[in-house]
Amino acid sequence: MSTDTSLVVRSHEENWLPVLELAIEEVFEIMVGQRVKPAPNADAQPPGGFTAMVGIAGALCGILTISCDKVTAREIARHMLGPEIADSEEQISDALGEICNIIAGNFKNKLSSASQSCMLSVPTVIKGEEYSYRSLADGEVLDTVMLFGESTLSVCLQLHS
Amino acid sequence: MHARLRDAKRAPHIGETMDAIRALIIDDSSVMRKIVERSLRQAGVELSKVSEAGNGAEALAVLGKESVDLILCDINMPVMDGLEFVKQLPTVDGAKGVPVVMITTEGSENHVVQALSAGARGYIRKPFTPEQVKEHVLPVIGKKS
Repeated sequence: MSTDTSLVVRSHEENWLPVLELAIEEVFEIMVGQRVKPAPNADAQPPGGFTAMVGIAGALCGILTISCDKVTAREIARHMLGPEIADSEEQISDALGEICNIIAGNFKNKLSSASQSCMLSVPTVIKGEEYSYRSLADGEVLDTVMLFGESTLSVCLQLHS
Repeated sequence: MHARLRDAKRAPHIGETMDAIRALIIDDSSVMRKIVERSLRQAGVELSKVSEAGNGAEALAVLGKESVDLILCDINMPVMDGLEFVKQLPTVDGAKGVPVVMITTEGSENHVVQALSAGARGYIRKPFTPEQVKEHVLPVIGKKS
């Protein structure tokens, strides 16, 4: 598949990080009913435990990941589903995967050129911290840590050059 | 279409219930299926029965066994995606004419055109509010939003 590299170049030139953070804020406010905001000191990466990822292919090519600890992932699921039905790890994974999917879609929909010619994969969720992965996405990296109440979650978009 | 829906002429007032309908919600995420159901109820749609399917093929199997009045369908799903499901829907006995509203992260004009051309009656982009569900669903079930 050919890739329109001009989009990745544009991400560097136009600074898409605020666009990504806006996409995250909107999704949490609408789908989770909770406000999130960029952490003022984003040096410290939040602990993992749950990592959701969605692939993006087409004019914009890369991978979006969201990582947080189990308590935070459960809180997100609880706000989405209600306390009585968001208890199983399957539902927690499902909730985080869906949030990742919607953020990826909301982000690409904000980029008019990407919206027309990008596809998303179904989400994948990894449980546990003892893992590593290597993405072939070797271009721009948009990385942010968001405050979710007292917790934090990490969102990273790795773009293919 | 179900006679009760075809004959409906006005939106319910606050505190007034509309005729209950049977809905089929298709999404590979069980969390999203629950959220769509909750949004429908918050939009004022009274549901007599809610059936679920994880992809288009499962949904066709469900429709082979039971009748519904409204279908809400994701696009990106494994096995059979939402666009293929909408194309195959008329082949199921009794399902032809059942309104389908797509609920999806795919927000491009191209996807909207494809979905509507395939036979969908409405299109809602994720993330969505109950108000947006109300705006897009009530008209297709014969109610004013």
